[in-house]
Amino acid sequence: MDTNLALLLLLAPFAGFLINVFFGKKLGHTVSGYLGTAAVVVSFVVTLVFFLNINQTGKAVEIKLFDWLSINNFKIEFGFLLDQLSLLWLMFVTGIGSLIHLYSISYMHDDENMHKFFAYLNLFVFFMISLVMGSNLLVMFIGWEGVGLCSYLLIGFWYKNQDYNDAAKKAFIMNRIGDLGLLIGVFIISSLFSTLNFTELHELIAGGTQSGNTVWLAAAALALFIGACGKSAQIPLYTWLPDAMAGPTPVSALIHAATMVTAGIFMVTRLHFLFDLAPSVQDIIAVVGAFTALLAATIGLVQNDIKKVLAYSTVSQLGLMFLALGMGAYEVAVFHVITHAFFKACLFLGSGSVIHALHGEQDMRKMGGLRKAMPITFITMLISSLAISGIFPLAGFWSKDEILMVSFHGNKALWVIGSVASIMTAFYMFRLMYLTFFNDFRGTDQQKHHLHESPGLITFPLIVLGTLAAVGGLISLPGNSWLNHYLAPLFSEKAHEAHHLGSTEYILMGIATVGALVGIGIAYAKYIKQKQLPESDENITGFSKVLYNKYYVDEAYEWLLVKPINALSRFFRDYTETAVSGFVFGFSKAANEISYQGKKLQNGNVGFYLFAFVLGVCAIISYVFLAK
Amino acid sequence: MHTVTLIFILLAAVSVATAFMTIFSKNPIHSAIYLVICFFSIGGHYLLLNSQFLAIVHIIVYAGAIMILFLFTVMLMNLNKEDEVHKPRLQRWAAVLFFFLLCAVMILIFIQSKPIVGPYDDLGNDYQSIKVLGQVLLDQNDGFMLPFEFASVLLLVAMIGAVLLSKKEKS
Amino acid sequence: MGNVLNQIGIENYIFLSVILFCIGVFGVLYRRNAIIVFMSIEIMLNAVNLLFVAFSTYHQDAQGQIFVFFSMAVAAAEVAVGLAIVVSIFRNLGSIDIDNLKNLKG
Repeated sequence: MDTNLALLLLLAPFAGFLINVFFGKKLGHTVSGYLGTAAVVVSFVVTLVFFLNINQTGKAVEIKLFDWLSINNFKIEFGFLLDQLSLLWLMFVTGIGSLIHLYSISYMHDDENMHKFFAYLNLFVFFMISLVMGSNLLVMFIGWEGVGLCSYLLIGFWYKNQDYNDAAKKAFIMNRIGDLGLLIGVFIISSLFSTLNFTELHELIAGGTQSGNTVWLAAAALALFIGACGKSAQIPLYTWLPDAMAGPTPVSALIHAATMVTAGIFMVTRLHFLFDLAPSVQDIIAVVGAFTALLAATIGLVQNDIKKVLAYSTVSQLGLMFLALGMGAYEVAVFHVITHAFFKACLFLGSGSVIHALHGEQDMRKMGGLRKAMPITFITMLISSLAISGIFPLAGFWSKDEILMVSFHGNKALWVIGSVASIMTAFYMFRLMYLTFFNDFRGTDQQKHHLHESPGLITFPLIVLGTLAAVGGLISLPGNSWLNHYLAPLFSEKAHEAHHLGSTEYILMGIATVGALVGIGIAYAKYIKQKQLPESDENITGFSKVLYNKYYVDEAYEWLLVKPINALSRFFRDYTETAVSGFVFGFSKAANEISYQGKKLQNGNVGFYLFAFVLGVCAIISYVFLAK
Repeated sequence: MHTVTLIFILLAAVSVATAFMTIFSKNPIHSAIYLVICFFSIGGHYLLLNSQFLAIVHIIVYAGAIMILFLFTVMLMNLNKEDEVHKPRLQRWAAVLFFFLLCAVMILIFIQSKPIVGPYDDLGNDYQSIKVLGQVLLDQNDGFMLPFEFASVLLLVAMIGAVLLSKKEKS
Repeated sequence: MGNVLNQIGIENYIFLSVILFCIGVFGVLYRRNAIIVFMSIEIMLNAVNLLFVAFSTYHQDAQGQIFVFFSMAVAAAEVAVGLAIVVSIFRNLGSIDIDNLKNLKG
């Protein structure tokens, strides 16, 4: 029974993908859209069933389908592990996925390739489910690669624009670089433990028998973290995520805010027992996370494209999650993943609503005063912005404060960096809100006449997500955390006491709230009181220019990596390829030459043939009779 | 020296000399005549070896039929007055070389092998007179009856072929 | 009379036959005229026939002579057909120079 339900969970989106690929065009826009949505809703319902079940029993469900690879004592089976962590992930992946599918029915309605879009979205959900549900590293890797593929397909969805194609390639290639690290980690683990199954690894590693292998364990952990960097856009593999905004907004919401980019955090949490044994790697994770948070926040301060601001915000928040992971506080990171999924998806979908209303305009300098024309969008985005800034009592306040508290107890310097990043977050989020929704409209008159709120299929997901962003914090209140209690069986070997709300904690909460209010206040002063506008592209100077050009990191990568590799491949093409093909063709040329010379034997002259005849006879009889 | 040996040497000299003259003479008719003389000398050899029937048949077939054919063809093509162009000098010297080469190879084979040359036995009984020859040739069981019949078919086919090949085209 | 080979010796016959054969080969390679080439082939056949008969005497067996019989029959047939071919070549090309027969080139 469990196996069948699990297979239904996994394969419903895949069936949706197949139907939309083969029959989508014939089914028409509406039917293919609802079909795709229905597939994900089915998965969500099945997830709910499993979720309620595990809440009751508390026992994970491990399903083995078949033996995939079996060499000596190294066995990899193809199976699923439905424990608390994977079910939690599945809940918000399929839940938010369903909402975004619903949203896309209206958003992509005018696109001629809508059925293809839904096919790709379904395929993505299928791979994400496979990533989360896998019982061993290899099944997870299938999903890992698959979501990378779908990300490429969806970013480059409007393929007629070459810039979008380049962005898609960039995302895929950077992902692949991370995947190399992941694979190296998988290889090290498999050579150390001869198994890739999560439960078996948990027993082997947490059993404490690996104290002699700390170097290799640390190497594996580091390699796995590099894989997580690629997928979750940390330094140095983060530059693909802002460029990935070339894809349609539902894609940005689903993949690059709520689900795919959380895969790295999922993996680290899954293998927490490994990371716990490598404290040096944990330090690296924390430092990388903190610096990424700060770096991305600074870049987001001056961006003018509404989606780019949200993209850098995502990178920054992911950095905060890794900061929590680096401190060993896995439940805190998971909490922030969930709340971030809620408000970031809401923000992205809201920005999509705005872009849709303005017929494709994404530059905030041409927006303004939209709150009267689009009230629902405005209110939901406002709630989400307050949440991300960490204002009490919305969801982001609780999760972000937990992170800052944990980092304060771990490493004060990183706490400072995280706090500064949070203040900047508040600033640029409200900069976005003020520029988009307040003051007067700065676009064309024609756009002004057509301004209206988006249809129901777009606003309904916004409302749901906005509500979740508001009340989502309830799942993990300090002192009474349902989430910690729920995840406790996974972290059984760690004695985890609930956060003690002492005076330090209250002071920290206070500092964080004051910081957020300061950020909002500065934005208010700049954009409402003084009605300042960001400069047009030519007039940006000084340090703002550096920030606007993202610290020239892309250009640095171009010079350091892309150009040498291109030169290397040109070298191979010009020299090695000519040498090898010359060698291979040399054989055919030699054969040709030999036969050309040999052709001269056949000159048609019978007299000459007779000479050859006699010579041959002499040779044969001398060989037979004389060569003894 | 024995008369037989003398006769042998004489006949051999005639054979070789006329064979050479066949090749070297310019006029094809002369070549044909020399060849006839060569055939006669070979017939003489057969007589020396006591195979009378074969000698007569040899003369009849070769000198009587084949050479007549040759002469007719030569006269048909009116070749007796033609001056033939020689082969290139290189090929002619190569031909001489191959001549010596082939001779050397064959004689070497003979010298190298160990011919069981004992005393030449003389059975005394008649093994090759016409009577015996006929019996051997036409014996059905362990004679050559079947090849004999096939030879007649061969001659028939050759006749038909020769007639067909040399028919003038009707145009 | 006894075996004539007692006076002559079989190796002389072998030498004679070899020389006649080689003369025949030489003639084939030396001349351009197709008729002369044919005649050289006849010399070769005769050399072989001679050797057969010599060995028939050596072995005191009639089968050698039988083979000569058939060899002559075949030679006759071959000359007939071969000369017919030479005549048609002459009709087509106007000469019987074998160096003109180059259509098999390549």
